[in-house]
Amino acid sequence: MTSFFRLYLNRLLPQLIALAVIVVAVSLVFPGFLNLEIQNGRLYGSLVDILNRGAPVVLLAIGMTVVIATKGIDLSVGAVMAICGATAAAAITSGHSLAGTLLITLAVGILCGLWNGVLVAVLDIQPIIATLVLMVAGRGIAQLITEGAILTFNDPGLIFIGSGSFAGLPMPVVIWLVFGVLIAMLVRRTALGMLIEAIGVNRQASTLSGVLTPVLLIAAYVLSGLCAAIAGIIAAADIRGADANNAGLWLELDAILAVVVGGTSLLGGRFSIAASVLGAIIIQAINTGILLSGFPPEFNLIIKAAIIVVILVLQSPRFRTAFAFLVPARGASKPSERAAK
Amino acid sequence: MKPKYLPLIATLVIFLLGYALCVAQYPNILSTRVIGNLLTDNAFLGIAAVGMTFVILSGGIDLSIGSVIAFTGVFLAVVLEHSSIHPLVAFAMVLAIATLFGAAMGAIIHYLEMPAFIVTLAGMFLARGMAFVLSIDSIPIKHPFYATLKGLYVKLPGGGRITLIGGLMLLVFAVGILLAHRTRFGTNVYALGGGTATARLMGVPVAATTVRIYALSGLLAGLSGIVFSLYTSAGYSLAAVGVELDAITAVVIGGTLLTGGSGFVAGTFVGTLIQGLIQTYITFDGSLSSWWTKILIGLLLFAFILLQKGIIYVSRHRRQPA
Repeated sequence: MTSFFRLYLNRLLPQLIALAVIVVAVSLVFPGFLNLEIQNGRLYGSLVDILNRGAPVVLLAIGMTVVIATKGIDLSVGAVMAICGATAAAAITSGHSLAGTLLITLAVGILCGLWNGVLVAVLDIQPIIATLVLMVAGRGIAQLITEGAILTFNDPGLIFIGSGSFAGLPMPVVIWLVFGVLIAMLVRRTALGMLIEAIGVNRQASTLSGVLTPVLLIAAYVLSGLCAAIAGIIAAADIRGADANNAGLWLELDAILAVVVGGTSLLGGRFSIAASVLGAIIIQAINTGILLSGFPPEFNLIIKAAIIVVILVLQSPRFRTAFAFLVPARGASKPSERAAK
Repeated sequence: MKPKYLPLIATLVIFLLGYALCVAQYPNILSTRVIGNLLTDNAFLGIAAVGMTFVILSGGIDLSIGSVIAFTGVFLAVVLEHSSIHPLVAFAMVLAIATLFGAAMGAIIHYLEMPAFIVTLAGMFLARGMAFVLSIDSIPIKHPFYATLKGLYVKLPGGGRITLIGGLMLLVFAVGILLAHRTRFGTNVYALGGGTATARLMGVPVAATTVRIYALSGLLAGLSGIVFSLYTSAGYSLAAVGVELDAITAVVIGGTLLTGGSGFVAGTFVGTLIQGLIQTYITFDGSLSSWWTKILIGLLLFAFILLQKGIIYVSRHRRQPA
């Protein structure tokens, strides 16, 4: 168990170091960054704020990780967030109970995922294109549901999901923590994770060796749709309304970035949900950090781009083979890591 | 008839049918004025889509187009406001920057063996970020030369006008068609789309071709940015968000295979016009909301993907018995 834990830590080390560097750097510029205080039984502070604001991207990144591990990609998550936010707002304002609203919304998210999954697994369409359809049409559908307006609601139960707190933590943080742990357990405590990686490495070979490829592929996209639905509910509950135009806008790119920062290759195969969650938090820490440190927000995107380029260079196969002799420890840890799985 | 022409013909038929339907409902759509406006309004999208066609033909993707358009607009606005540089010189400068930017992305994609998707995503952030750094405000361009350029047009019978930017789009498509089908570069692009390993074995200079493809896409995105700044007479760092998606959609509706290797620049032209036509119809109707555009375009996209799948399936099964 301890060796398992150490290997786990080994995998997450680059992300943890990156996060630590960012937190230290920001707290040097903005001394109040690390302050935490409890008011009315709820934690407040910049660090909690990062976890809270990052909730939608963390959730999207969880689903995106599994999809990317199958060598796919899901561009539609932002649009699905908008659809689900609109569905939740429309359902609650038309008199459905909170439980009914949540069920309907999650079902819509699953349906969106099912559509993507069928296009990819059954019709054998390239994932980037298959999910592009829903990305383009999705916001139109969301606007159809809200009839072009921003649908607002006052249901205290639904608002609680966006701004309530549980055990001292904001509700969105509790949701992604529980959901993330559940999904990570599901894929790592069973053979599912390994089968998903097998599909990502070689779809044909895994089909030939008896993996139910179509079912698993569809399940991956359904999970991504479900994650987008939860993220959509949180985003809508946060602003107490559904904005079909802006809810989840460009978050698919942030989610993909989070997965890449987390070290999961876009070419499929080995993945780590915990690392992607860390990746999403790193992105949010950068965003919040730039705002807090008084740096002009105009530089936000450039810094983001620079970070992607650095990570890309470090991850690129060419760079790794060229500098493999410099990091023998990393190369040596790989087989043992694989064996542990 | 070769099956490879089928998507192109399908696109053309859909456009003509759609146009006929529009005319049946609103006879005024059949005027050279509407056609002239269709060209002018979609000029920037069409020019960018030509670059995207080459990228997609080679099996890649370029997400940075919209940001490069915004950057170009802001750059021109800032340069023209704060210096006495002639717009033509500023055009040349910004085209050089955009081309180098594209070439750099192509080089990273090839030499670091990274997926085009994530490299151009970084490029998208970088270009948009540079636009933000230049200015976060919408800057009007009041240079007299802009007014001169906007005043240039060719009159069509019936009162329509082909403006400078509309004509420029037609020219870019003509050059694009020649480049794709009549030059060695074009053949290399198609070969790359068929598979990098195969292309290399056939003697295609993979590195040079990849860099050139993304440089071309950058150049055309820059040109599209110039056209966009002429069209709006302003530079704004939040402009042209999502144009890359519209361009990809135009390419796919135009019948180009997204896995690369098969398609036509001319198809992209029709694909651009179809999107413009849907927009025009909704403007003419007045009661339909603009979100129907997105849903209709999504449906068209889906239909074309299915059509392509069907063609691949049929042609594979036709070949097998022989």
